[in-house]
Amino acid sequence: MNNSNVELLKSLASQVRRDIVRMVHSCQSGHPGGSLGCTDYLVALYFSEMYHNPEFNMNGKEEDLFFLSNGHISPVFYSILARSGYFEISELSTFRKLGSRLQGHPTTHEGLPGIRVASGSLGQGLSVAIGAALTKKLNGDDRWVFSLHGDGELQEGQIWEAAMFAAHNKVDNLIAAVDVNGQQIDGPTEKVLSLGSLREKWLAFGWDVLETEGNDMEQVVGAIREAKNRSNKGKPVMILLRTSMGYGVDFMAGSHKWHGVAPNDEQLNAALVQLEETLGDY
Amino acid sequence: MKKYTYSEKKDTRSGFGAGLLEAGRRNTDVVALCADLIGSLKMQDFINAFPERFFQVGIAEANMIGMAAGLTIGGKIPFTGTFANFSTGRVYDQIRQSVAYSGKNVKICASHAGLTLGEDGATHQILEDIGLMKMLPGMTVINTCDFNQTKAATIAVAEYDGPVYLRFGRPVVPVFTAPDQEFKIGKAWMVNEGIDVSIFATGHLVWEAILAGEKLAAEGINAEIINIHTIKPLDEEAVLRSVAKTGCVVTAEEHNRLGGLGDSIAQVLASKLPSPQEYVAVNDSFGESGTPEQLMKKYGLDSENIVKAVKRVMQRAGSRKGVLL
Ligand SMILES: Cc1ncc(C[n+]2csc(CCOP(=O)(O)OP(=O)(O)O)c2C)c(N)n1
Ligand SMILES: [Mg+2]
Repeated sequence: MNNSNVELLKSLASQVRRDIVRMVHSCQSGHPGGSLGCTDYLVALYFSEMYHNPEFNMNGKEEDLFFLSNGHISPVFYSILARSGYFEISELSTFRKLGSRLQGHPTTHEGLPGIRVASGSLGQGLSVAIGAALTKKLNGDDRWVFSLHGDGELQEGQIWEAAMFAAHNKVDNLIAAVDVNGQQIDGPTEKVLSLGSLREKWLAFGWDVLETEGNDMEQVVGAIREAKNRSNKGKPVMILLRTSMGYGVDFMAGSHKWHGVAPNDEQLNAALVQLEETLGDY
Repeated sequence: MKKYTYSEKKDTRSGFGAGLLEAGRRNTDVVALCADLIGSLKMQDFINAFPERFFQVGIAEANMIGMAAGLTIGGKIPFTGTFANFSTGRVYDQIRQSVAYSGKNVKICASHAGLTLGEDGATHQILEDIGLMKMLPGMTVINTCDFNQTKAATIAVAEYDGPVYLRFGRPVVPVFTAPDQEFKIGKAWMVNEGIDVSIFATGHLVWEAILAGEKLAAEGINAEIINIHTIKPLDEEAVLRSVAKTGCVVTAEEHNRLGGLGDSIAQVLASKLPSPQEYVAVNDSFGESGTPEQLMKKYGLDSENIVKAVKRVMQRAGSRKGVLL
């Protein structure tokens, strides 16, 4: 990947991070921490690695599909979709407000382009992604299905039911990723309910596993490309993203405190000076 | 109309937190479990006081319910804590088989019920939980209306032997019931005696019913207001006594009109005292994002709509009397 491309993606990420803190500030609710940490992964997917059409079609035939299982990080998802052209960026200002299509958690109910299933109740997205991947196989459609999950979310048993199915049935057009930020609502995952070695767990469940720094654009893009190379070889592929919750805003970074808290006016300004406005705010 | 005032607003979930601490002090068998929502459920005081009697289960609600069932074997009294959606729909079969059918003494404590959860939106705003829970044989279903009542109910369910679903909410609301009241499971609370209409309200709608009662009184309508905090077992006697007097009914709840308090009342009346009834409830839809106040207004769950429902039902009752004459 040439440098100018990486630079472009980085500047996009900076704008998306601005969108996130501004959206959450505007309605004084929502989840900035996980959104900021997953920005680089989603920018890399939507602006470089996924083949997708912003003229949204639910069935997404011959397109790569993405499913957000940790639905609380809707701010990053909405910003990415808007900046990709699924809907007007001005609509970002309606986030979580009465009558908005940008619900607190992603939903199909309001018909927002780019969303294929509701999420928010954790632990359900991997199963849905597997279903969509099976449909692609049945349809002879050789595009990929991507999904993203929180690390705390992995405490839900349904994730492991899905993991077992995907390996057993060789769902190898599926590339799942986990936001390994080591944080959840009540504290660090290691204190709440330790996850042990995620690498060993997913390997033991029959997946091909890669790990990458999740907030280094070049490495993130490299990992997605490597995952694609390893796909279609009989195993589902897992990317473990080592991220920092709140990445990009120094006082939010690395702590569960910013999982689901909105910045006040002062904090918003302190955040925005750290994030370059590259494409113009909504 | 009896006068109700309040000097402060508090969230009902904090009443749960205070009640849990008190229940823990009174009985060393009380234990608590939480699925990564300690702050939201206000369980920190209990944890500080009794760290060895608390279990953080992580984001794993099904496991929490199963473990709670197991904890009862040998005599513990487990209180589980998570949002109402994840306390019910998420774990229905675990509750059905391991708790209700097995007759286990588990207290399922559910915060952020209904629309007043607010901005998180419909994925988290369950409006079907009362229905789900009341359909389970042997399950007691309680929906409290303010801080004091929630605290008292939490203490009471610890003393009661059997599975309980205790439902409360997120926002701060007026504290208008008596501090340190005695909570009697299954016994309706007479908020205001009246003769023209019976308003049965539960949860956050009780305060709205009081506001409606004041507006109606100003127009010369004398409403009887009864708080049904225990939806199951329902205080049938209180319902029948009131409706025998007033002849018409309004029910008010922060729940789908299908399967909630309104249906429980209608079922009693249909077989024993058929009477005109109007529902103040969500009209078979999901919720959405917005502030609690905006949503309660948009979905018609406020005093204004209770007043309108009263006028509709009194007209229906009146015209029916007319026909009978
Ligand atoms: C089934 C379910 N249980 C509980 C919650 C409440 N909840 C929302 S986010 C969250 C923590 C998620 O942790 P993680 O997946 O690590 O995401 P992060 O905090 O890192 O963004 C919890 C418990 C939920 N949304 N769904
Ligand atoms: Mg996490």
